[in-house]
Amino acid sequence: MSEDSIISLQNVNKWFGDFHVLKDVDLEVKKKERIVVCGPSGSGKSTMIRCINRLEEHQEGTIIVDGIELTGNLKNIDSVRKEVGMVFQQFNLFPHLTVKENITLAPIWVKKMPKAKAEELAMQQLEIVKIPEQADKYPGQLSGGQQQRVAIARSLAMKPNIMLFDEPTSALDPEMIKEVLDVMIDLAEGGMTMIVVTHEMGFAKTVADRMVFMDEGRIVEQAVPDKFFNNPDSDRTKLFLSQILNH
Amino acid sequence: MNEIIESRKPPVATTGILGWLRANLFSNWVNSIISLFVLYILIQFIPWILNWTIFAADFKYNFNGEEIIDRTMCSRVLDPENGGACWAIIYVRFYQFMYGFYPREEVWRVNLSYIMLAVAVVPLLFDDFPFRKHFLKFTYAFPIIAFFLLNGGLGLQEVSTNKWGGLLVTLVLGCTGIALAFPLGIILALGRRSNLPVISMMCTLFIEFIRGVPLITLLFFGMVMLPLFLPEGINMDGLARVLVAVTLFQSAYMAEVIRGGLQAIPQGQYEAARSIGLSYWQMNMKIVLPQAIRISIPSIVNTSIGLFKDTTLVIIVGLLDLLGIGRGALADTTWLGLAYEVYFFVALVFFIFTFAMSRYSLYLEKKLKTGINIGAD
Repeated sequence: MSEDSIISLQNVNKWFGDFHVLKDVDLEVKKKERIVVCGPSGSGKSTMIRCINRLEEHQEGTIIVDGIELTGNLKNIDSVRKEVGMVFQQFNLFPHLTVKENITLAPIWVKKMPKAKAEELAMQQLEIVKIPEQADKYPGQLSGGQQQRVAIARSLAMKPNIMLFDEPTSALDPEMIKEVLDVMIDLAEGGMTMIVVTHEMGFAKTVADRMVFMDEGRIVEQAVPDKFFNNPDSDRTKLFLSQILNH
Repeated sequence: MNEIIESRKPPVATTGILGWLRANLFSNWVNSIISLFVLYILIQFIPWILNWTIFAADFKYNFNGEEIIDRTMCSRVLDPENGGACWAIIYVRFYQFMYGFYPREEVWRVNLSYIMLAVAVVPLLFDDFPFRKHFLKFTYAFPIIAFFLLNGGLGLQEVSTNKWGGLLVTLVLGCTGIALAFPLGIILALGRRSNLPVISMMCTLFIEFIRGVPLITLLFFGMVMLPLFLPEGINMDGLARVLVAVTLFQSAYMAEVIRGGLQAIPQGQYEAARSIGLSYWQMNMKIVLPQAIRISIPSIVNTSIGLFKDTTLVIIVGLLDLLGIGRGALADTTWLGLAYEVYFFVALVFFIFTFAMSRYSLYLEKKLKTGINIGAD
């Protein structure tokens, strides 16, 4: 693992039953680096980032996040989860809590923050994602794009060093994708370490420091966006790009 | 050219009482016939039942104005053609129906517990109750207060539970059973879904065993077998033994109901809770259970109503609940033959409680629905 890596995956293998989802995956992410992961569906991209905060368990290899190795040790898992925020494709907001309560929950219960302070923090996060006026609504009353922005605010409230995005715009109507991507671009410009699984190639070109292309559980190619989009090494990458860029 | 069209009144008879009648009772000719038929039955039946239960009924005095002291003085025994119900049997035995054989000079304790029960439960049920937080402190303390109040101790004269009876026993069994089975059921449901094989197997075994056995068997088990398992010299109170049986029985059913609710919670909720760093218990208490219980409310109330009525089975092991007292009254030769009145009264009391429970569950469902769409994206 190199000196300035904040995330390091070495030789990671994972199976779902007999199905080999991740095959010898190696990935180093530096502090403040923005990685965009793409690839066909079923290629293991979501599984890979879900391994980083142990929503999935890897069976072989090592994953080290911010100096902590992910093993069965529950304490390590808890400390990694405090460092790593995650945004899901389906938002996964808590429907029985208001927007504000969704955001203050973890600061109050995990960080033992006083309620008033947590609410102040929640309002700051809502300012960042540009929907402070929705604080007292329930998730079911918001549009998809607003819900996803609340989900981002909820993660940010824990002050993570790393943010993982698992296809954050795939479940959104087209006109709402931009509002979520704008928030993510702000975040990237603020210096957040990010790993984003997405098919939004425009976004990738704007913010990515490095593109990672996965296929059939393997990392096939890693490159800076310019090279990745214009002159990729692998034929598989070329085929994939031609499929998603020309339609 | 576009013109703005003014809103017009809806067509005649689609709103108001007429509209309602048309939509619900007379929407087509089959419905109309059924509606008319039901109306006919109601017209025949309702005046008769009102007459029998109220207008032609005796309460304390018969139609001659004499105070009724036995069955032969009931109007319907003297004049079977015109006499209505003879509520005197209830009137005379009202004390037993309410308190069993609780000593009269101590009965204020039962009444006080009834009042305190209301004070404890009402704030629990309505979350917009004024000063609810302070009332809830009392709610938590209530079981202990009620125990000493009813049972005695702390300077109060001891009243053995074999003197308890009637509504008192029904309420003690129903309330304690429901109140204890709920948390126990939650723990069993979580346990059954646990990733730890030992815990999950033990909970599953317990639930399946209890569910596979009739309540009567468990009551006998509590009465006859439980003392054998207790260390020598410890003598468990009869009512307490029945309570153990009832609570275990109810908790197994409650566990399955809550497990059903847990299964409806999408995996994403667990993942989101984990990803923001919540622990197992925080995740369950704050995210999963509030949603799961909300989904299960109709079934929770359903099993609770079931338990409330099942408490009548304790007569088998010699406890006299409301129905037991009723059967005792019927066996009394002075009142022989007044089964309608007794069963009607017992049914009415049960109906009041169970109907209140079901209305409360409807109210809760309606209230929780506003603005919250569980399962929607």
